[in-house]
Amino acid sequence: MTLSEAAGDPGETIVPGEIEALVPWYVAGTLRRRDRQRVAEALRRDADLARHVDLVREELAETIHLNETLGAPPPAVVERLMAAIDAETDAAPKRLPGAVAGWLTGFFANLPPRTLAVAASFAVLAIALQAFMIVDIFTKPRPSSEEAALSGTPRHGAFAMVRFAQAASAAEITKFLQSYQAALVDGPTEGGLYRVRIAMGALAKEEIGKIIARMRHESIVESAEPAEPTESVAPAVPAASGH
Amino acid sequence: MQVLFARHHVRVYRFVLRLLRDEAATEDVIGEVFLDVWRQASRFEGRSAVSTWLIAIARFKALSLLRKRREDGLDDETAESIEEPSDDPERALEKLDKGQKLRQCLAALSREHREVIDLVYYHEKSVEEVAQIIGIPENTVKTRMFYARRKLGELCRVAGIDRGWP
Repeated sequence: MTLSEAAGDPGETIVPGEIEALVPWYVAGTLRRRDRQRVAEALRRDADLARHVDLVREELAETIHLNETLGAPPPAVVERLMAAIDAETDAAPKRLPGAVAGWLTGFFANLPPRTLAVAASFAVLAIALQAFMIVDIFTKPRPSSEEAALSGTPRHGAFAMVRFAQAASAAEITKFLQSYQAALVDGPTEGGLYRVRIAMGALAKEEIGKIIARMRHESIVESAEPAEPTESVAPAVPAASGH
Repeated sequence: MQVLFARHHVRVYRFVLRLLRDEAATEDVIGEVFLDVWRQASRFEGRSAVSTWLIAIARFKALSLLRKRREDGLDDETAESIEEPSDDPERALEKLDKGQKLRQCLAALSREHREVIDLVYYHEKSVEEVAQIIGIPENTVKTRMFYARRKLGELCRVAGIDRGWP
């Protein structure tokens, strides 16, 4: 494990020994296992090499120290980066159709003819199936607008139509719903009414009346009225004053 | 993206700063690196560590900037070949302890030498990774590291530290 100095300019012709050249990576712990074993074996036999390891350790420690004192970029760098990414994200949808078209062109261009023929057969089948479904949908009798409006809303339980004060925050509305163990199930209508389920099961009219009377005294409630279980927010609902 | 930035930006910044020795230019390069990464995330093939990929991009951008500066006549090659700590370096170095002197000598290495030393010692890159980042064969990486250390030893001797090697 010694340096061999060839003829000519010594500064340019000294060739490191194979093991000696690996010592920096050995000390840094980034050598492959086989090379690590070779260096470890050489270290057991060669005292000079062991001393060389100490020099490398010293260099490594001071290189880390030097780099650690270089500081870090200011927060403005990440702010500028995120602003640039936001600007590109906003512009991205405009570029998308072109990109997709390009990808599709490339994709189909790379398909062999047999694959293309099979894919085309499946495409024809899919189009036929889609046409059948469209005809089926448009020729079946459609439900009324009220039925449609209610199709996605729960029908079981006791309900109220509530209008919240404009200044009511989401947190206040959430707290209100929690205190009544209620849930928003539909709305808002154009008039700002929400359909609120106040009980999972049916309640007596008096019981519903009491709950609604309490609701009307809440500062974030402008109005509250009982609603029928099948009632939708879509039809006009009289907006009674809460106070 | 913020996680990636948070995890890697300091090391990439330091790597570029050691190449450019210009904080403002380094900040610009860092921004460009991570913006490029965001744009080209799909190109990352996972064959190397993310940090290796980032440093390779950062190095390319830093060297492009240096090349442009050189073309514009703004880069002072002599300033980066060896940076002497003062007008009378030997006297200044005498006042420093051994660690400080060694760091002065590390800072005085040429760009090529400090780059390979930083990659191996600070960024903990293997021979293969350094070869990938710099774009040279693995044997050249080992030789370059050897010469960088040898040059460091010479600078140390001038600074009054006899390390017994080379």
